[in-house]
Amino acid sequence: MLKKLSKQKISDIITYGIVLVAFIVMQILINAGQISSLFEGLMVPLCTYIILAISLNLVVGVLGELSLGHAGFMCVGAFTSAFFSKCMQDTITNSIVRFLIALLIGIVVAAIFGLLIGIPVLRLNGDYLAIVTLAFGEIIKNIVNVLFIGKDSKGFHFSTKDVMALNMEPDGKVIVNGPQGITGAPKDATFFIGFILVLITLFIILNLIHSRDGRAIMAIRDNRIAAESIGINITKYKLMTFTISAAMAGAAGVLYGHNLSNLTANTNNFGYNMSINILVFVVLGGIGNIRGSIISAVVLTLLPELLRGLSDYRMLIYAIVLIVMMLFNWAPKAIEWREKYLSFKKNKKEAVK
Amino acid sequence: MRLWKKALSVLLVSATAISMCACGGVKKGSGSSDTFKIGGIGPTTGDAAIYGKAVKNGIQLAVDEINKDGGINGKKIEYKFEDDQNDTEKSVNAYNSLKDWGMQMLVGTVTSNPCTAVVEESHNDNMFQLTPSATAVESIQYDNAFRMCFSDPNQGSASADYIADHKIATKVAVIYNSSDPYSSGIYQKFAEEAKAKKLDVVAAEAFTADSKTDFSVQIQKAQNAGAEMVFLPIYYQEASLILAQAKKAGFTPKYFGCDGMDGILALKGFDKELAEGLMFLTPFTADAQDDKTQTFVKAYKAAFKDTPIQFAADAYDCVYSIKAAAEKAKITPDQSVSDISDALKKSMTEIKMDCLTGTNITWKSDGEPSKEPTVVTVQNGAYSIAQ
Repeated sequence: MLKKLSKQKISDIITYGIVLVAFIVMQILINAGQISSLFEGLMVPLCTYIILAISLNLVVGVLGELSLGHAGFMCVGAFTSAFFSKCMQDTITNSIVRFLIALLIGIVVAAIFGLLIGIPVLRLNGDYLAIVTLAFGEIIKNIVNVLFIGKDSKGFHFSTKDVMALNMEPDGKVIVNGPQGITGAPKDATFFIGFILVLITLFIILNLIHSRDGRAIMAIRDNRIAAESIGINITKYKLMTFTISAAMAGAAGVLYGHNLSNLTANTNNFGYNMSINILVFVVLGGIGNIRGSIISAVVLTLLPELLRGLSDYRMLIYAIVLIVMMLFNWAPKAIEWREKYLSFKKNKKEAVK
Repeated sequence: MRLWKKALSVLLVSATAISMCACGGVKKGSGSSDTFKIGGIGPTTGDAAIYGKAVKNGIQLAVDEINKDGGINGKKIEYKFEDDQNDTEKSVNAYNSLKDWGMQMLVGTVTSNPCTAVVEESHNDNMFQLTPSATAVESIQYDNAFRMCFSDPNQGSASADYIADHKIATKVAVIYNSSDPYSSGIYQKFAEEAKAKKLDVVAAEAFTADSKTDFSVQIQKAQNAGAEMVFLPIYYQEASLILAQAKKAGFTPKYFGCDGMDGILALKGFDKELAEGLMFLTPFTADAQDDKTQTFVKAYKAAFKDTPIQFAADAYDCVYSIKAAAEKAKITPDQSVSDISDALKKSMTEIKMDCLTGTNITWKSDGEPSKEPTVVTVQNGAYSIAQ
């Protein structure tokens, strides 16, 4: 039975298996009360970062373009969905229905932004996508920071100055309060929802990679001219991949926005720092390696929390660990050493041949 | 290639599992111990580290003193401080990690936005929370949370009142940080109150965290509008630049700031001449001559080799307020977190504190303190209290 499955299938099943087993183990531990509150609280963020890492890997690893504004798409998804949830908090009381609609809104809006950015930029060759997405991320963050939206009996009021400029009736409620962001959006995200989202993301991406479209995308990555010469519509495939990736980043944003009761846009969570952080997950896990992205996202999110015992030195240690892991993963000498001492299994196979 | 990855993941999984078990074990330990466990959260790394460290040290000093004098109700205090890097998500992680440690009362968090997220969690757990310095209104929106400092609106209206009542100026320009909730929160209330007090806000110029080095445009606009006074509800790092750049532009208005201005004279490389005449609202200055402040500053300097700022004083007061409330409510460490919280919620509103940051401080059940703001003027390169 197993022999019939291709190597690719087995690899996919292992990836799904890891996620599934991790979920079941954690869920059992949570139900049994055997887990610390720190870890229980980290579950939804972990799902968020896994989705982000996978979605960026689609752009960086499979499409071969660099995006430095993934946090921008996440920001769009988070704010649009949290805005919806906050407005509808009293109207739709079923939290799952509300979350699903919010999720849909976040994904669609992020995808639209991805598409809009992709249409001009993905026609070009070179590093333009990196530059434009970098700018996009910063623009989105700054727009959110000056946006004031209130709601009263007459409807919505918008302003980019301050709350007083909204001119609301006395019964008005400020929903988006500039730099204070959205406060009091319902906390609808749960570990289970996060897990399902991770599975769906994995399913979409792994199937895309192995499909005809996926092969076309990878052909573009490997040699653009050759791909064009056999009639692959380069812009179409690039656009498709980038939009899917943006939509998934939006989904991650929805998860993020519904996990904290206070959603603000600053450099750490939706700015340049976060975009680079996601890129670090992808590079560390191996460009193009989906399973690696999952593992590195989990490890790098947990690491600073596990190092809390070292107090102020933990960020220093975190950086050192990062450098060491990068060297171990990518330095030619390290790869040589690894092949010599750690992959005896592979050598055996070759010997049999 | 594959195998080493497997080996690595096995290693990491086991490391994770071990640390989880380690944490899990502690969790059960709370409630039966013989000490009060007070936790603190704030940024000790990153941009806002100066505030987090001050709070950390302030709490430490108070805890050490109280333990030396026999503790709260005869029980010693254990204290642990966690870093949140001024990040909402990390702050919740820090809260959860303190909960695993067995925290019974929380002093924190230091900054506003993280505090708003953490208060949601502490409300769910019904954990007593007293923040030394989170100024946003929403930061203490639940009944389990109190604060030591003034809220943003409070500072905004107090500033406008002071300027109007003392007839310092009628034409006021405001330069504020629109990407910072502290700054924009004060500005909003200031603008409302200024209108009521017939102050003329001639220019309201914003900058953001991404453009906080060159203020020539804002200064130019304030100057052109004929402002007699510039209101700066911002932190001292940016304020020092504004003072220097305004002088270079030949613009010498009066300046008025809020508690974020505290520390400006200690800034390295800052020409103290520039700050001459600067007024700001603060509950605490290290140069105040009363006994309480002097002893505190001396002890703080001895312990941490640093001059305390207002955040350290707020934190120090927080611990003593908790002590007073705890003694009034007669709580014991073996009570559950929720019971302690319920008892403290009630007794917090009954105590009256004489602290570093104010005298006769009382709290209402919404958690806001009532105390008199002090205005400090910089004279001859030192802070002095204005009447």
